[in-house]
Amino acid sequence: MQFQILLNIVIAFIWMLLQNSFTIVHFVFGYIVGLGMLFFLRRFLRFDFYFRRVYAFIKLLLLFAYKLIEANWDLIKIILRPKMDITPGIIAVPTELKTDWEKTLLANLISLTPGTLTMDFSEDGDILYIHAINVPDKEKAIREIHESFEKAILEVTQ
Amino acid sequence: MIVMEVLVSILLLTGGLLSFLGSIGILRFPDVYGRLHAATKSATLGVIGILTGTFLYFLVMHDIFVGKVLLGIIFVFLTAPVGAFMISRAAYLTGVPLSKQTEQDDLKKARSEAEKAE
Repeated sequence: MQFQILLNIVIAFIWMLLQNSFTIVHFVFGYIVGLGMLFFLRRFLRFDFYFRRVYAFIKLLLLFAYKLIEANWDLIKIILRPKMDITPGIIAVPTELKTDWEKTLLANLISLTPGTLTMDFSEDGDILYIHAINVPDKEKAIREIHESFEKAILEVTQ
Repeated sequence: MIVMEVLVSILLLTGGLLSFLGSIGILRFPDVYGRLHAATKSATLGVIGILTGTFLYFLVMHDIFVGKVLLGIIFVFLTAPVGAFMISRAAYLTGVPLSKQTEQDDLKKARSEAEKAE
């Protein structure tokens, strides 16, 4: 319930940004547009909302940003190497996350971290297939996924 | 003002440089999957850098709050990894070969086992 209200307000703000005018009229209009959107999407909005999660979500966003910068640094080093001596490969990484929403977040986070790119899920969705640019580093990548990413995502969703 | 000009310049130049390096990466990597690494990571941060620079420039120099630029950052951040995921998955399923340097292919193993089970 609360989550839906928050989502509604966010939609109203996005509407104001799109209109580039910050008046109460546009906020109200955006809110009405959001109401319509929520009405059509109500089937997908069953989970509830706590404020603690907003904080965890901001932490997750910062982790995203930090990892993105680190990934770029790593990639530049590989690209500018005169001889490209990489050993790419596809590795299977099991995940403990349960819901689709958590797995989607994890897949995105992996795609933006150094040397890894999510490629596919297994049938039951418990194993992620990751394309790694340097297979010898895979232990480090897997450990990072389990210890820092999964934990950060669980803080947001539980 | 000078400080902001320098900051905006740094952001724009870094963004441009990253996009450029990403393009070089797309040319240099041996296969589709390696190229996607370059395309997602460098392009994402490059575009975010340029957009942040633009946003700050208009905010500080002209006192205009350009909301569309902020939206652009959010959507690039959200869509780039999803796009890379879909492209690499589609490439693998349609049989685009991995480069010769590839050392390990767990996905192939899993898929052949699944076919046997059927």
